[in-house]
Amino acid sequence: MTTEATSSPAPQTPVPGAVSAREKKNRRQDSGGVRGWFGRQNPWVRAGLMVLFAVLAFLLPYVGEIPLIGPQIVTQGIDWPSALFNMSYYVLLALGLNVVVGFAGLLDLGYVGFFAVGAYTVALLSSPDSVLRTEWGWTAAVPIGLAVAMLSGLVLGYPTLRLRGDYLAIVTLGFAEIIRIVATSTETLRGDRGFSDIPHPPGEFADGKPIFGVADAVPYYWLGLAVIILVILGVRNLDNSRVGRSWLAIREDQEAAEIMGVRTIKYKLWAFAIGAFIGGLGGVMFAGQQGFMNSQTFVLQFSILVLAGVVMGGSGNIAGAILGGALISYIPDRLRGIQDPIWHTDLFGFRFAIFGAVIIVIMIFRPQGLIPSRRRAMELKDREKEVAPIE
Amino acid sequence: MNFSGLIQDFGPLTITGLAQGAIIALFALGYTLVYGVLRLINFAHSEVFLLGSYACLIVWGFFGLDQNSATPSTLSVIGLLLLGLVAAIVISGITALGVELVAYRPLRKRNAPPLAFLITAIGASLFISETVGVMTQRNIKGVPPLIQPRDVFVIGNMHVTNLQILIIVLALMSMFLLDRFINRSRLGRGIRAVAQNPDSAALMGVNKGRVISLVFLLGGLMAGIAAVMYDLKIGVTRFDAGFLLGIEAFTAAVLGGIGNLRGALLGGLLLGLLQNYAASLFGTEWLHAASFVLLVLILLVRPTGLLGESLGRARA
Amino acid sequence: MRQVLARAIGGLAVIGLIAGAAACNSDSGSDDTASGNCGYKLAFFGALTGSSANLGVNIEQGFELAINQYNEKKGSTCIEVAKFDSQGEPGVAPGVARNLVADKKILGIVGPPFSGESEAADPIFEAAGIPTVTPSATRVSLSANGWKTFHRAVANDDAQGPAAGNYIKNVMKAEKVFVANDQSAYGAGLSEVVEKTLGSAVVAKDKTEADGKQTDFSALVQKVVSSQATVLFYGGYYQNAGLIRKALTTAGWKGTLVGGDGMKDPGLAKAAGNAAAVGTITTCPCSPPEKAGGTFVTDYKAKWNVDAGTYSDVAFDAANMFLQGIDAGNTTPEKLNTYLSTVEYKGIANTYKFTDKGELDPNYIKVWTFKFDATGNTIADQEVPTA
Repeated sequence: MTTEATSSPAPQTPVPGAVSAREKKNRRQDSGGVRGWFGRQNPWVRAGLMVLFAVLAFLLPYVGEIPLIGPQIVTQGIDWPSALFNMSYYVLLALGLNVVVGFAGLLDLGYVGFFAVGAYTVALLSSPDSVLRTEWGWTAAVPIGLAVAMLSGLVLGYPTLRLRGDYLAIVTLGFAEIIRIVATSTETLRGDRGFSDIPHPPGEFADGKPIFGVADAVPYYWLGLAVIILVILGVRNLDNSRVGRSWLAIREDQEAAEIMGVRTIKYKLWAFAIGAFIGGLGGVMFAGQQGFMNSQTFVLQFSILVLAGVVMGGSGNIAGAILGGALISYIPDRLRGIQDPIWHTDLFGFRFAIFGAVIIVIMIFRPQGLIPSRRRAMELKDREKEVAPIE
Repeated sequence: MNFSGLIQDFGPLTITGLAQGAIIALFALGYTLVYGVLRLINFAHSEVFLLGSYACLIVWGFFGLDQNSATPSTLSVIGLLLLGLVAAIVISGITALGVELVAYRPLRKRNAPPLAFLITAIGASLFISETVGVMTQRNIKGVPPLIQPRDVFVIGNMHVTNLQILIIVLALMSMFLLDRFINRSRLGRGIRAVAQNPDSAALMGVNKGRVISLVFLLGGLMAGIAAVMYDLKIGVTRFDAGFLLGIEAFTAAVLGGIGNLRGALLGGLLLGLLQNYAASLFGTEWLHAASFVLLVLILLVRPTGLLGESLGRARA
Repeated sequence: MRQVLARAIGGLAVIGLIAGAAACNSDSGSDDTASGNCGYKLAFFGALTGSSANLGVNIEQGFELAINQYNEKKGSTCIEVAKFDSQGEPGVAPGVARNLVADKKILGIVGPPFSGESEAADPIFEAAGIPTVTPSATRVSLSANGWKTFHRAVANDDAQGPAAGNYIKNVMKAEKVFVANDQSAYGAGLSEVVEKTLGSAVVAKDKTEADGKQTDFSALVQKVVSSQATVLFYGGYYQNAGLIRKALTTAGWKGTLVGGDGMKDPGLAKAAGNAAAVGTITTCPCSPPEKAGGTFVTDYKAKWNVDAGTYSDVAFDAANMFLQGIDAGNTTPEKLNTYLSTVEYKGIANTYKFTDKGELDPNYIKVWTFKFDATGNTIADQEVPTA
């Protein structure tokens, strides 16, 4: 996106003392708090804490058993493991979109398109309703689904390379709408009739019951969580690699990056492809859990919500994206089946209204997101100083 | 593909497309104005339109009018139309200012990153449309038949009705006045100054905060007029009417060159026509897809829209 | 900054706590059981919010009315109402359905209203063995999945389509018919059957986007006018139909709009205005409530302060069918399911008997046509043959 209008610097006289004071303050801020403490620990402690955190995440389906706190956390109107699974694919989408928006700075409003491509490929290959009549298993269809999603990222990314900021946003939005309309209106993709009997992931318990049945969503959540952990590891590595640094350069200043020898086209396409791959992952998991899907799932609001999640959580920060993705799924689900204390109507009618208000409040108090990217937080601090008096 | 149908119906499709396009263009002005000055997609603009579309219905409701009423006498129709317009303009204007105050100003004071603005706007949009949705039980609300469409003149199979003429004339007039205002008046000069270079404008004594409010207000006024026209043309409004048409209006704004007033007019009319032609040619289900395909194609050739970005600035 | 974060989290926690407390309050309703067959729940599963909530609300209100009347007769809250909002979306339905089956007091389900969400949720109900009676999901293939708990209290699209086609051909004697649909599973399926029945009388076809996705129908209207058709069959729901009817009238088209049960709703007249809606024909695989007698129509109005909508009466019947079964001592989902497979229940809208696939017994399939009158309500027109 283009820079905000007020960003040009107010007269900045480089008084040495003042600058160093500011830097000192930054350093203090940066090293303060949980995160600073975390950064000071030795790598083994850090790794141990990460593992502990992952284990806790795997135990989340049973959080309702904790007295007092547990029942406040679990959702009422929707099965808690299902809510967790929903969160898991929202988190996946947020992680993927974070690569595109947060790392590479490409504003993508149509991210749900890749989710749809992944889910539809699986459905086409595996559902008995499909014209292909292949009826593959879920596991066989997944790699194809991911490959097609990635390819679609490249195909849609390529023509948009010239576009900047908001133009990119509307074009990606357009692509997602085109995908939705094509899914609705072509015979092959079955529109609203959808694909039924999409197979679930394989595996059986000792007694012959399938692990991934219809009645229990816990295995799906665990599968989702495992995928998320793999994606986090992959994305972290990428971000710390040459690719990640190139993204950063592109995001901050595309021209400067190009002059410095960063191949912007290549790395932008990388961002699109990786984002699409992760979005596709969300899609194939969704199809595998759902068993049935049709064109109604892939509405535009879905993309917008995920984007809201990424920015709300902290664009450019993996932990932030996870938190944001989880919240956009959790808040509405948590509001289901609850009565408001005044009119005694169910709050679920209000859930998106409340959600909208929550988004505004969070963004006003944390413009850089709940868990901001460290670099972004510093930028913001600089800009806050520069802000010209408005009235 | 139904070419003969398109050729046969070309006249009627053109006039209905122009009427729809005029509404889209008026709506698109709000996006374009705010973008021109702040370089932001004002996502909540759709809800500014939505509340306008309800405001005039509520006023007409005071007079006991609903979708089943008979059409009143000409004189009272004019009065009612004016009242409805005023109500819609006032409510839309207030909503636009309110959105700016709640969702944008606090962020601007903190100089937040541009994405944050987009997200608060999405939040505001969700909040308003969903609140309306809850309050109306997500039902549709019918519009009183203030204007019984009558053919004013007929060319071939093209019947031009009084309503279509009213919509197109009112839209063009509003845009002409807006254009004059921005290009000729003192306040308009302030808007152009801030759009060109906010900091220099501030140094030259332009009150930036006031200019920004003014821009939101102007966008709101235009959306209010568009909302009344929409009500009369479609005959129904609903909590998500703003969102639906908002996507089209935003597309139109980008198509013409966002930030460019005449671009919004061109984009809106073009989109209205194209949607009708495409619906006739490929089937009504492809109407929206066609507008997005056109948008993508045009942006590939002209990455800043047909007329380019400019709100009173000479820039490619 | 940490303070701010703490405050934000604190704020969320407070919201959660308030909400949780409210939920606890609502849970602690009276639960004292009067007689042996009390203390159970019947569930409604369907859209109560979201863009397709209207049909869901119609059904839920009919369902709840039946249970309220039953409880009043018993003098206590014998059977509790449990509502599950799926928003009508297949993506949301499974999670809500799993929540439903976790409640072991639920013996039976009225819903899901839409075919799409049925595909997603019914496998879960089937796994849990809870019987469902859907008052409005008419997709033909639903009964071909081998679900034992699936019951459909209305005729499927295969019955309604030919009836609509026959009516257009034999009663209206239309020679030029324009067929359009909204691409929903329901609308597309129905219009395909109608097209087949009408054969060469169909002069042109078109498709629109779904309810709430499109409001400007100028191009469709122009096609209808140009085709010189005297009848437009629209497979879709009442809202789009109302907008299309209004636009057609505005454009001076004098023909008749015909549609299926998805259009049989006062909402159509609300969108079109009564003057334009008058004479619009809808078919419905149901009997007119006033024919069945009883006080349903007035009771419904008294309870909800709105007129009964499409399928309110079928939902009322479905709930009463369950209640009769529970009253007879079928107090487990399994027993209730067995009861459903044998019962022959005479309700206000129809008499119900299910085949082994859960379809309505062909002898009881009735399709009526209804006509919009000058007050915007649908009045029964005539019964039409389905073959």
